[in-house]
Amino acid sequence: MILDSRIPEGPLAEKWDKHKFNVKLVNPANKRKYDIIVVGTGLAGASAAATLGELGYNVKAFCFQDSPRRAHSIAAQGGINAAKNYQNDGDSIFRLFYDTIKGGDYRAREANVYRLAQVSVDIIDQCVAQGVPFAREYGGLLANRSFGGAQVSRTFYARGQTGQQLLLGAYSALNRQIAYGKVKMFPRTEMLDLVMVDGKARGIVVRNLITGKVESHSAHAVVLATGGYGNVFFLSTNAMGSNATAAWRAHKKGALFANPCFTQIHPTCIPVSGEYQSKLTLMSESLRNDGRVWVPKTVEIAQRLRKGEISVNDIKEEDRDYYLERKYPAFGNLVPRDVASRNAKLMCDEGRGVGSSGLAVYLDFADAIKREGQPAIAAKYGNLFEMYAKITDENPYEKPMRIYPAVHYTMGGLWVDYNLMTNIPGLYATGECNFSDHGANRLGASALMQGLADGYFVIPYTIGDYLAQTPYDKVSVDHPAFKEAEQNVKATTDRLLSIKGNRTVDDFHKALGLIMWDYCGMARNAEGLQFAKQEIRKLRDEFWQNVKVTGVNEELNQTLEKAHRVADFLELGELMVDDALHRNESCGGHFREEYQTPENEALRDDENFAYVAAWEYAGTSGQPILHKEELKFENVKLTQRSYK
Amino acid sequence: MDLTLKIWRQKDKNSAGQLVTYPLKNISPDMSFLEMLDVLNEELLVAGQEPVAFDHDCREGICGMCSLFINGRAHGPERGTTTCQLHMRHFNHGDTITIEPWRAAAFPVHKDLIVDRSAFDRIQQAGGYVSVNTGGVPDANEIAIPKTIADKAFDAATCIGCGACVAACKNASAMLFVSAKVSQLAMLPQGKVEAKTRVENMVAQMDVEGFGACSNIGACAAECPVGISLDNIAMMNREYLGAKATSDNV
Repeated sequence: MILDSRIPEGPLAEKWDKHKFNVKLVNPANKRKYDIIVVGTGLAGASAAATLGELGYNVKAFCFQDSPRRAHSIAAQGGINAAKNYQNDGDSIFRLFYDTIKGGDYRAREANVYRLAQVSVDIIDQCVAQGVPFAREYGGLLANRSFGGAQVSRTFYARGQTGQQLLLGAYSALNRQIAYGKVKMFPRTEMLDLVMVDGKARGIVVRNLITGKVESHSAHAVVLATGGYGNVFFLSTNAMGSNATAAWRAHKKGALFANPCFTQIHPTCIPVSGEYQSKLTLMSESLRNDGRVWVPKTVEIAQRLRKGEISVNDIKEEDRDYYLERKYPAFGNLVPRDVASRNAKLMCDEGRGVGSSGLAVYLDFADAIKREGQPAIAAKYGNLFEMYAKITDENPYEKPMRIYPAVHYTMGGLWVDYNLMTNIPGLYATGECNFSDHGANRLGASALMQGLADGYFVIPYTIGDYLAQTPYDKVSVDHPAFKEAEQNVKATTDRLLSIKGNRTVDDFHKALGLIMWDYCGMARNAEGLQFAKQEIRKLRDEFWQNVKVTGVNEELNQTLEKAHRVADFLELGELMVDDALHRNESCGGHFREEYQTPENEALRDDENFAYVAAWEYAGTSGQPILHKEELKFENVKLTQRSYK
Repeated sequence: MDLTLKIWRQKDKNSAGQLVTYPLKNISPDMSFLEMLDVLNEELLVAGQEPVAFDHDCREGICGMCSLFINGRAHGPERGTTTCQLHMRHFNHGDTITIEPWRAAAFPVHKDLIVDRSAFDRIQQAGGYVSVNTGGVPDANEIAIPKTIADKAFDAATCIGCGACVAACKNASAMLFVSAKVSQLAMLPQGKVEAKTRVENMVAQMDVEGFGACSNIGACAAECPVGISLDNIAMMNREYLGAKATSDNV
């Protein structure tokens, strides 16, 4: 298989305009002859479904939640980047492009990222026109703030709820098309298989989550906008329902999965408090602007603290280790996410962690409160302090916050070309579901940008190019390919229900999460990864012999829904391990302990690993096949990151 | 802590439901309410019984998927809190907790504690948008909006669509939910163009769905987990009156 990224020829800045001119068009009257399926209704899916409906295509949109408005894009806090340069501080499309490539530790495709920076400016215009209430200055114009990995203020925001406001904007555009009849919406419906006819994606098989009915939907093209796979780790900042099933089942039908080991661990989350914990809550990165991160200087003090013999406020200044300030004097507490996360783990591994579990570090605002006064700190972070108090029952104005890193975002995903099409003709992947724009590490406020760029401004052009070359003929859902896929879905469901074992789905999921976190989390090494691979295989074997799924298919059955998803996580987890094991370098969120500088920083190997690792499925017992897409850097110079 | 739970169990939309009692032991005060239900469900599963079905997703108070009528209160006893952000430390050892689904004719029960809130989506489809297509819009800074207006529009826009307002209302009225969107868009210049038809169509759809009338008690705003203000209802009534007085649809 030869991976053709289909990057247009010509200078970087002209590629997208040229490409838009060169793509084939479907005339307005013919658009209604084409059917498009969009799976997922977050930023990437809702924006695509709405825009394709506006253009005149017949769209069917699917989500597993009760309404498209629930998609997890809604939980994004910080903001959305755009190269508007409204602040006159030197921003430009090239600078946003450059920051994103560098932030991704040089493992993303130049052409895609440049296009992302180009269309970023249109996104803000679009959202404002929809009535998205962004933050504004007293003069009535839009406000911006700065964010990690950038030296300019290019982040647009709506208090700490930017994702919510952008998603509700896309949801309103989607609703308008639903009202017009151009989009047919299927909530509480989960995609369980991709259907291919003559080597092309021609539809999907879904399960109605209310009735359990398995149904087929046929189309000329399928867009997967189903988000990331962070829930492989069980505990993450993702929503409980976020899953990889649609993407993984497409992978099993031949779609390549790219860079699966690139996961982002966010440094400032509320730590795990017990076995029963179901998810982790993010505290905005902005807190590190004023909070100082520390742990006790010695293991002995940390032990006494954990046993409750002393309280945090008893620890003297000279017994505290502000380790980020000590190790990275230039950046201090504002080192990038991956560095901050890794160092927190290091402290806890040394036995200097705090909290009853010892898996937490302090984020202390005492100095900031002393310097600026409590009202000033409350004005900046009041809602976050409140949320922290609600969850932990501790007052962060009096005691430092306890924080610990948590899985947050997955940079890897289905491999796509410049048109966002996977290697399966007619199958597209957008937003977090694809791998394309963030390399090995995503910058803050860039996820929202990518989701909306893909949905509003990229796929409406590129999908037309494909459809213009596709005959109008529809495939009936009675086609044997649909019947076979339906049978497979039913067989998997029957198998899950018939095992009647002793261990619950959640129990397997938690066990998988622990393996992934311990061996394929913030730091990885070959020995651990090899061990993890065996453990995952054992766990998967046990799952298929001993999982306990109650009830029947023909009803609302949440246990069965979870069982399908966890079955896929158990396979995807192994691929993540394979990918992490093969990538003998450290870059961005992928830190292999064997490959670090003398100062314990990530050591890239550009000579041997400046490529996208795209994996082909080879059965659950086989070894996946690696395909490489070499990354060419013609516009940026590759450098080693340093934050000393 | 040890608890006694009384939970509404209902097989499906067409079956009759009933409260079933479950004793639950060793609940940590640091658990969220939904994690407490997770623990119950794991115990039920191990015992070979059907777990309790309930809606939930983000578990950080923003998606609006979780619901639950807890001891007669929408989202439980804490103000300004969704069920997923409610922690067990607000309950005591030995408590009996009654857990029911949202009760409203327009929200039929799918199963146990899960209700059908698609009526909310249909109301939004009736006009909860600005009719602009992708592309061809003016530069974002061509529309200057006073900060006070933008902030007020934002406050209205933070509605999470959970349905607590309907559940809390003795008439099962959806006025707070509908008015939040109507007000947000009526305040902003982008939304003014279609303000008249929007309020007419959304209110008409609200009536079609079978939500009750508003009698100005204010339980909706008191129980709203994100603090949507009653002012929005006043604004919607004003918009509605103005629209009807000059309506093209008489």
